[in-house]
Amino acid sequence: MTYLYLFYEFFKIGLFSIGGGLATIPFLLELPSKYDWYSTDQLANMIAISESTPGPIGVNMATFAGYHAGGILGALIATLALVAPALIIITLIAKFLENFSESPIVKAVFYGVRPTVAALIGYAVFELIKITLFTATTSGYQPDYTGILLCAIIFFLLQWKVLEKLHPIIWMIGGACVGVILKL
Amino acid sequence: MKKLLELYISFFKIGGLTFGGGLAALPMLRKEIVQKKKWVEEDDLLDIYAIGQCTPGIIAVNTATFIGYKQAKSIGGIVATLGIISPSLVIIIIIASLLQNYMDNETLLHAFAGIRVVVCALMLNTMISMARKGIVGKLGLIIFIVSLAFALFSPLPNVCLVLAAGMIGIVVKTKEARKLS
Repeated sequence: MTYLYLFYEFFKIGLFSIGGGLATIPFLLELPSKYDWYSTDQLANMIAISESTPGPIGVNMATFAGYHAGGILGALIATLALVAPALIIITLIAKFLENFSESPIVKAVFYGVRPTVAALIGYAVFELIKITLFTATTSGYQPDYTGILLCAIIFFLLQWKVLEKLHPIIWMIGGACVGVILKL
Repeated sequence: MKKLLELYISFFKIGGLTFGGGLAALPMLRKEIVQKKKWVEEDDLLDIYAIGQCTPGIIAVNTATFIGYKQAKSIGGIVATLGIISPSLVIIIIIASLLQNYMDNETLLHAFAGIRVVVCALMLNTMISMARKGIVGKLGLIIFIVSLAFALFSPLPNVCLVLAAGMIGIVVKTKEARKLS
């Protein structure tokens, strides 16, 4: 029975969370009052771990919550339920665009939308930098100078065509080593 | 079959190497899907992200479904989606069952902190390159600046911004078409 409820709840979350993984948090906050899958304290921990481990945060949190509720099978069911609505909707949209991608209206829509998406990505980068390179304190955001300097150095290195061609993994491994050495 | 395997492996890699949320998958997506596999163009990636912003679900997952569909229809969409969620399933189940207190491991936390700094730089670089491709003409620049201002200073959800921009696109292009005829 738990599995059925898990599927139902996470399908609903997948269907109603528009705008990415963090949009699932308000829904996850409601679950502890309905089921004894996890407590609100555990949720805070789950969010922290989901943010620091690889993978999309929304998927990580669903897996985590599902595991708490019903073990490995629970994790599988919650995660699949979370992605199922989008899978259906995106497949339908992709099918539609396949036939209409040359339509002037679709082209006009994307002409307007592209700069906005670039701006939204810019905003996300801004937020990411704020969280990563600054520490929130009671008196506002304190800059973390080592991190900022490191980020600036990497950014300038990336402007060099040869280095930009390197796979992001190589940069990440380098970052992990520097992080351990400098105790970031 | 070979195509499906390729899709699964590519998106498995992307899922496993995304640190810090769906948008952080962009540098990886660009490397794997645009530059290495050439499955889509860089500006297509913006369109796909636009769709991901306005539709339910996790953006990185939606992107995987879309690109998978383009490569191998519905089954491609399913395989790419499973690919991008598989690493999360494995990693989180391991952490949840064995390493509940891995957050206390100092070395690991320093390593993650280092990776996140790298991700900031990679994202900044990717964003600039995508903005260059996506912003066409004066109007494009205006839409970009106005959208950025709205994203920074207004509580409007992203969906509204994307929908409004789409409408502006339609209005401008129909006017242009009328002028021509």
